[in-house]
Amino acid sequence: MSTTTLPPDGFTPAPKLADVLPPRKERSKLGMFAYRHPTIAVGGFMVSLFVLMAIFAPLLWTVDPTALAPARRTRPPSELYWFGTDMLGRDVYSRVVYGARISLIVGFGVAICAASIGLFIGLISGFIRAVDAVVMRIMDGMMSIPSILLAIAMMALTRASVENVIIAITIADVPRVSRLVRGVVLTLREQPYVEAAIAAGTRTPMIIIKHILPNTLAPVIVQATFLCASAMIAEATLSFIGAGTPPIIPSWGNIMAEGRALWQVKPYIVFFPAVFLSITVLSVNLLGDGLRDALDPRMAKRI
Amino acid sequence: MSNSQTPAPGTPLLEVKGLKKHFPIHGGILGGKTGNVFAVDGVSFDIKRGETLSLVGESGCGKSTVGKAVLRLYPITDGEVLLDGRRIDNLSAGELRPLRKRIQVVFQDPFSSLNPRQKLRDIIAEPIINFGLASGSELDDRVGDLLDKVRLPRDAMYRYPHEFSGGQRQRIAIARALAPGSDLIICDEAVSALDVSVKAQIVNLLSDLQDELGLTLLFISHDLAIVEHLTHRVAVMYLGKMVEMADRKTLFSTPHHPYTRALLSAVPVPDPTVKRQRIILRGDVPSPINPPSGCRFHTRCPFVFDRCKVDEPQLRDVGMGRMSACHLDVVPDTVPEANRQAAVAA
Amino acid sequence: MSSSAPLLEVQNLQTHFGTVDGVVRAVEGVSFHINAGETLGVVGESGCGKSVTAMSILRLISTPPGKMAGKILFKGTNLLELSEPEMQAIRGKDISMIFQEPMTSLNPVLTVGRQIGETVMLHEGVSARDAEQRAVEMLTLVGIPAPGRRVREYPHQLSGGMRQRVMIAMALACSPQLLVADEPTTALDVTIQAQILELMRDLKTRVGAAIMLITHDLGVVAEMAQRVIVMYAGRKVEEGTAEEIFLNPLHPYTRGLMGSMPKLGSSLHETGRSKLTEIQGQVPSLRKPIIGCAFAGRCPNVTDVCRQMAPAIELKAPNHLVACHYAPRVAVAA
Repeated sequence: MSTTTLPPDGFTPAPKLADVLPPRKERSKLGMFAYRHPTIAVGGFMVSLFVLMAIFAPLLWTVDPTALAPARRTRPPSELYWFGTDMLGRDVYSRVVYGARISLIVGFGVAICAASIGLFIGLISGFIRAVDAVVMRIMDGMMSIPSILLAIAMMALTRASVENVIIAITIADVPRVSRLVRGVVLTLREQPYVEAAIAAGTRTPMIIIKHILPNTLAPVIVQATFLCASAMIAEATLSFIGAGTPPIIPSWGNIMAEGRALWQVKPYIVFFPAVFLSITVLSVNLLGDGLRDALDPRMAKRI
Repeated sequence: MSNSQTPAPGTPLLEVKGLKKHFPIHGGILGGKTGNVFAVDGVSFDIKRGETLSLVGESGCGKSTVGKAVLRLYPITDGEVLLDGRRIDNLSAGELRPLRKRIQVVFQDPFSSLNPRQKLRDIIAEPIINFGLASGSELDDRVGDLLDKVRLPRDAMYRYPHEFSGGQRQRIAIARALAPGSDLIICDEAVSALDVSVKAQIVNLLSDLQDELGLTLLFISHDLAIVEHLTHRVAVMYLGKMVEMADRKTLFSTPHHPYTRALLSAVPVPDPTVKRQRIILRGDVPSPINPPSGCRFHTRCPFVFDRCKVDEPQLRDVGMGRMSACHLDVVPDTVPEANRQAAVAA
Repeated sequence: MSSSAPLLEVQNLQTHFGTVDGVVRAVEGVSFHINAGETLGVVGESGCGKSVTAMSILRLISTPPGKMAGKILFKGTNLLELSEPEMQAIRGKDISMIFQEPMTSLNPVLTVGRQIGETVMLHEGVSARDAEQRAVEMLTLVGIPAPGRRVREYPHQLSGGMRQRVMIAMALACSPQLLVADEPTTALDVTIQAQILELMRDLKTRVGAAIMLITHDLGVVAEMAQRVIVMYAGRKVEEGTAEEIFLNPLHPYTRGLMGSMPKLGSSLHETGRSKLTEIQGQVPSLRKPIIGCAFAGRCPNVTDVCRQMAPAIELKAPNHLVACHYAPRVAVAA
């Protein structure tokens, strides 16, 4: 009777070579990248445009945004004043271009601060149960207050300045980030590669730094872009109601606040900053969406 | 180095005595303890240097928990674990750490047992760095040697895990387990998630490495055919208890315990001409939260009689070198008439 | 019994998926047939295309990324040409499917009875009450104790083995003629697997359905199937009766697979621990068209002919088709 357990005639196992590695993927060119991730490409490009606009504001055919010229107040858009002038004769175009600085500084400032602080708190809470119980209840408490009201309350306690606006919005947003990070950390802790690291003798601080932290960065980065967008809107809202950036500094919210009384007869004072704010927020959101799509599936990639 | 006394000759490398691991279940309004999962409830075995002991059983029997308990991935509820005659279960984390380099693990899932954001070099070097065994260029050499041992090319070091297939990733996990010069490797279902032909490669590799390096293996698996190829001795677990322990040939040719017999007869044979006499167990495995009284297997055993429901059998010598936890001295070949509904021949 | 036209005939099926990285040729020209009442085993490792073949037969492939070509003739009708409503009338009634993961294939928010009854209500138009009655009958048929109580329970209240029985009950509720079982016992413990296989054999004689049993476990195939096809890299490489395939495997991949499978009872024959045969290398990527034989990169007997010309599947022994230039090679008689 023939048996199938013995190697049949001529079927000698190959000599023990090292396995052949699959060929490494060629580095994608920028064009390839844009094709595969259109949302990142478009969002990123638009955001960069605004950043450049903010940085090079003096070179973009602007005049001093705070220069008063009451004789030429409330002129409609013309060749001289591209976006018209406001009720104090200031050039709306220049104010809008310079206003980008405030929005972007606040947006990025909040994103970076809230993400860092939230990351730190989330990591510690996720890992140390005692800290978790206390800190998360505090975070829950903070989250129950609508963030804009919290920011207004903070601003009421201090004087108006851009720094304080950033601090106020950050404090309102930290709970959300820390919750997110904590959730991710709790999942990551159960992963076999963390258990393997413990078995390999790695100490807890090293485990957090080498194994947990790198895998929490992706969701945090995505969350940070959305924080940036919402912070820009928050700043505009605060300035609009007079609780944000001091009126002397042009910010899109301030411009809209000042133009509010006249908007039915001179809509352009409100219109232009509103359009710029919308497009900026949209671009940042696009970038965030694209990053989320790009980063998530890659984490689960298998061959 | 430290004050480790040389163990007396003949001391097994690993001894486990009366190991128990219960997981509390929290419930109720204040989250107090409402019950226990008796995952492992009194398991004892030894492994001698250079041998392979397999822990087999189906899901829920506690075999993976035993592996993790030996690794001290969580504290044990009761019992003792001894390495070279020295107790390791009651050591503090700091005292345990230097001993960790002697016991390493290979997990089941090749996709989640390697950190996706680390290069292979860092993954394999981690235990070496932790125990201060090498550094700098010597470290890279060591990593390269380990990759050679597991039959992967050296320059794989600079790649990321996601570039490799499941079988190759298990090789990387094996290289990591060998890295600190371990004596005992716990393979927790290490080949279960791999394709048939890849399983063969990894099993052969483990076998070769054991011969070459004198490794001791605790091989946890539910796949009896694979176990038969690789192991020296076998221990069968059911619902947190050990029901039989014997050496390879004896267990596979003349199993004693009814559960072992049912398990062996349930494995399908890749030969269509063979007609099996099958013992098919009725019902499902009881819950480890509320295990049956007496012998835990009595609810499904085709040979059950009254004493089984009350009196829990202990592991005892039943001849031919087998230890079995069954009240019967000799388990008959045919099911008694009274229990006919509990078993069916194919 | 097989003299009449086959129940299912797949002719040159191709299923491709368009992805960002290129076209994945999951199934590349597979042809086979299943006769009424027989069990066909489809064997292969992960990535060989066996699951995609099953999904293609039931038209469960979403066609924007997927594209199918070829013919799938079920009782003479080409399933690939039917509209979606026509296909829905066939699924669950004439052809049904059981999946691998009973945990995720059952809807967690519907009771078990509702899920079984759904098929019956849809295809036979009975009332909800009658459907529940039928569900109880099916649960009894698949051997679930206390069916009257179980019919109102949710999937999470049942064990894995019982959930798989429920899946089988759902699949057989309308007495289909063809049951496609995709790795039905892979996720189950071996003693539960034995129960389920016994159940499937028993039900097959009662219901008279043909079964397409997809699995990577050669033992399960040997036990259940009358005929077997072996798939590799989206192609069929060998076909024959179960006896022919197991006792006289001709394709080098099949022989490698048989050799690399450990068999119970090996300790009784050898003195020491034996080595399993390995198949070197790994499965070729399905993103690029494969020139020549798909197994050429791993075959120990490969020649230049193999690398350049893909072998056609041909009759090399009675009831035995092989796609290899050098088959037949007689296995060494022990």
